[in-house]
Amino acid sequence: MSNNNPLQPIPCEILNVKKESTHEWTFRVASDADVDHGQFMQLSIPKVGEVPISVSGQGDGWLDFTIRSVGKVTNVIFEKEAGDTLFLRGPYGHGWPVDEFKGKHLVVITGGTGLAPVRSMVNLCADNPKTVKDLTLISGFKNEDGIVFQNELDKWKEHDHFSTTYALDNDEKEGWSTGLVTTFVKDIPFDTFGDDYAVVVVGPPIMMKFTGLELLKNGVPEEKIWMSFERKMSCAIGKCGHCRIDETYVCLDGPVFPYTKARYLVD
Amino acid sequence: MGYSLNPDQTAELLNRLAEDYRIYAPKRFPKQGRYSDTDIIRYDRIQTPDEIVWDQKSDYPAKEVISPIQQALFYFTEDEYRESKKAKKPVLLLARPCDITAQLVQEKIYAENGGFKDLYYDRVHNKVKFAVMDCGGGDDTCFCVSMGSNKPENYSLAFKFDENGLKAEVSDDCFADYFDGMPEDDFTPEFVEENELKVTIPDLSDRDVRLALKSHPMWKEFDKRCISCGSCTVACSTCTCFTTRDICYGDNPEVGERRRVTASCQVAGFDQMAGQREIRSTAGDRMRYKILHKFHDHKARFGDRHMCVGCGRCTHMCPEFISISATVNKMADAVDEIKASLADGGNHVE
Ligand code: SF4
Ligand code: SF4
Ligand code: FES
Repeated sequence: MSNNNPLQPIPCEILNVKKESTHEWTFRVASDADVDHGQFMQLSIPKVGEVPISVSGQGDGWLDFTIRSVGKVTNVIFEKEAGDTLFLRGPYGHGWPVDEFKGKHLVVITGGTGLAPVRSMVNLCADNPKTVKDLTLISGFKNEDGIVFQNELDKWKEHDHFSTTYALDNDEKEGWSTGLVTTFVKDIPFDTFGDDYAVVVVGPPIMMKFTGLELLKNGVPEEKIWMSFERKMSCAIGKCGHCRIDETYVCLDGPVFPYTKARYLVD
Repeated sequence: MGYSLNPDQTAELLNRLAEDYRIYAPKRFPKQGRYSDTDIIRYDRIQTPDEIVWDQKSDYPAKEVISPIQQALFYFTEDEYRESKKAKKPVLLLARPCDITAQLVQEKIYAENGGFKDLYYDRVHNKVKFAVMDCGGGDDTCFCVSMGSNKPENYSLAFKFDENGLKAEVSDDCFADYFDGMPEDDFTPEFVEENELKVTIPDLSDRDVRLALKSHPMWKEFDKRCISCGSCTVACSTCTCFTTRDICYGDNPEVGERRRVTASCQVAGFDQMAGQREIRSTAGDRMRYKILHKFHDHKARFGDRHMCVGCGRCTHMCPEFISISATVNKMADAVDEIKASLADGGNHVE
């Protein structure tokens, strides 16, 4: 065992597994790693492989990872249960500039599991009401099956300084809206925010692209917008090249980018 | 200090060096080439001077000695990752000027990028000393002078082989003893000052020019020509990309290893995440990504040099006869065209 090897995975115990939806489960893992909101870690299973997963929650001695079973490694992770071991290394990259958001009106727009990388920051704002002036959350999901963090969505809805819009792309659901998240951008009361706000957007690439354009159309300057990217990764430490876009390494410089940069990145 | 050695003395020198170093140099592997009766030349461990190919460029680059095509990172049992062992004896690497300059690129990525030092690169690189070999001017695919890689700085010895033996210069004192009793002579290495082939690297500092270039029709041509085989990046002196792969040893599913394997941005799937569509899905997209990395992006990030040393190996290895120098010159023309059009009216070329 060597401690100067940044690729060395550390064994960690799974504390519990929560099924958010059929294909998205949250694994709570014992770890003392010091993680910024929005950072990610490399999860691995020996003999199977490694995957980058954003930290979707954190507390005393534990971290949450909300994982979608879509590949070889994640499928094997889904066979694990409390008491089993997951291997971790990280955290990596740059998370949300929380200090910059402090005291402002914060707008969070998410598509699908894009909610995972902002969940811990939203909880921070919920648990410590003085963190931001208020929080506007627009969360869209493809359909009812795709909804994650249902308990928290319900809880956030009740917060005085939260204003929430939850939507399904096409389907109807009681208390929910129907439509793509971009359609709700025009309802955000930017004119009441003055200059004092920031917008966070996370979701599939197409959703982020059109949400960015829609925000600009509604007069939001690009300096006020932040996005989190997901790209193929192998090393997470700037060596393997898989995540590179132009002169930018998503694993090092991201996953969170100001839109002033994100807007001009061409894969 | 300079020396002139006859063939016997050259053999004696290598024997002396071999006591303390593993010596690597370009070596011929008969009948393993691209066509049935051609040889392949690649860097490998050598014992005697006649194994060294000094009059012909190797098909594969010297980087393979330091960052091999594949290597074990960890061995694992059910609940433990054990780091793979490192070799103990230092390496003396006899390489061409371009190959030595290429290590500056490898160093930027493996040892510096993001403040992470890659252990597997570092532990070998630390043990390597370079002997620069006179290349006699290279061949018709070389454009090292255009890329400023013709005069490396980081070498301990300079060698010039010919039929009569070896001329040598010792610039690192730790090698002086090995030349004890060898005939002294005036010798200073000479480097290529001009290649037949010249490449114009366009100025891509303007973002609008870059964005227009990325959607320029010139890349579409590669959809038909390039077969996305990745031979060019495997042969490349500077390419560093890899993938990590876990494997089990056949008879015992409980043990296996995590392995690093060379990867290519030219091969389908390089950017593809599990359960998602590929981002660069055409050969043209991938070529544009590679060329811009080599001739803009790397330098934009690290500041000092482009990610190409002009060794021409990619041109030499491409089964479709795609020439890197012709591609860069074509890009320079496209950029001129884009700049002209931006200047008169600002409409991007589509
Ligand atoms: S891109 Fe081609 S010419 Fe440039 S260093 Fe790589 S192999 Fe050599
Ligand atoms: S440029 Fe040539 S060598 Fe490179 S991927 Fe295309 S066909 Fe293969
Ligand atoms: S994931 Fe390897 S360079 Fe970013």
